[in-house]
Amino acid sequence: MTPEELIASGKLELYVYGSLTKEEQDEIYALAVEHKIIMEEIEAIEAALFRLSSYGMPYLSARNYERIKAAIKLGSRNVFTIRQKVVMYTGYAAAILLLVSLGLINNKYQSTKRNYNTIYTVKNELQETLVKVTNEKNLINELRESKYDRVTLAGQAVSPESSANVYWDQESNQVVVDVQNLPTPPPGKVYQVWSLTFDPLTPVSIGVLDQFTSVDIKIFSVENVSNAQAFGITLEPEGGSPTPTMDQLYTLGKV
Amino acid sequence: MSQEELVVLLQKKDPRSFDYLYDMYAQNLYGVIFNILKDTQESEDTLQEVFVKIWNSLPSYDAKKGRFFTWILNIARNLAIDKYRSKAFNNQKKNLITDNFVDTIKGSYSLGGKTDAIGLHKYVNMLKPLCIKIIDLLFFKGFTQKEASEELEIPLGTLKTRNRACINELRNIIED
Repeated sequence: MTPEELIASGKLELYVYGSLTKEEQDEIYALAVEHKIIMEEIEAIEAALFRLSSYGMPYLSARNYERIKAAIKLGSRNVFTIRQKVVMYTGYAAAILLLVSLGLINNKYQSTKRNYNTIYTVKNELQETLVKVTNEKNLINELRESKYDRVTLAGQAVSPESSANVYWDQESNQVVVDVQNLPTPPPGKVYQVWSLTFDPLTPVSIGVLDQFTSVDIKIFSVENVSNAQAFGITLEPEGGSPTPTMDQLYTLGKV
Repeated sequence: MSQEELVVLLQKKDPRSFDYLYDMYAQNLYGVIFNILKDTQESEDTLQEVFVKIWNSLPSYDAKKGRFFTWILNIARNLAIDKYRSKAFNNQKKNLITDNFVDTIKGSYSLGGKTDAIGLHKYVNMLKPLCIKIIDLLFFKGFTQKEASEELEIPLGTLKTRNRACINELRNIIED
């Protein structure tokens, strides 16, 4: 069939109406692509029908535009192509991953923060211990030096099991007491250390051991002593007493 | 803009493409729908459904399947006929076959006095009554050739050549 014959056949009008079979349509499409004259005829038929159905028909009010546009926006949600779906679901997946990651990171952050706090506390404790140990080491080194004389204080009537040591450097007059073998004082009571001289018996307070419970090593520096014939330790009310309470004498020892 | 350019924009989901589609075809599709339903409200509702369906079906449109104009025309006719046949609508006892597009244009003319309608009414009256019936059934109502030939009681081959002559007549009237 030549293009002219096809045009005269009346098939092109039916093509524009949409009333041909699929095979006839395919055939005309192929010929129209090939022959410009056929395409032009189709366009002319279409233009006439377009005008016939556009003009003279009842006026379409303007409100339809917004209405239809809104309907399409809603409707178009259901018509994602597979590719758009993949993109959409990839987007959802990424968003979920991000949220999960943020959650994990936050968890991690919180646990790291807790760990840090624990470690910080432990570190402070260790530092305190280190300071204490260093002090104690210095003290022990000092005691080891031979210039200290040791005075052993024996347990007295009120507490025969008790004992104590007094280290006295008679050059520098420094005195250190080791009270490891004294019982822990009852609440409201403290040990008080005295230096004694005889004829007449004169006790001089050289220190109140108010840190007794908090110092594990139980070794304390007390006031310097230049002259003493004996040392004694009594249990006194908190804050100490001006004179020793003799019935609460725990230990006593002569130089 | 050509139909082909519009299709490219529509299938790319270009943001402007809806406006172009609406500007080019809303009145035309509405005319086809109204000619079947003869009710402003029903026709506007149907037009909305038609646009949604066109929009959602765009990815499946292919020029090999026919003219874009034919494709959207088909969607509009099918939805309008479905609505026409729905029970509720049928109760209003409108006659799909006896009322044709010339009646619609006449009605539009007498109602609104629209300039286009006056002009076109004058012209389409120049068409032979058989031409009006043929174009109305095949184009506006989407009848198959067989259905139209039975309705009009003319043989299939004759229908095709008559239709060709009628469209030529229409083209002469409109292009003048």
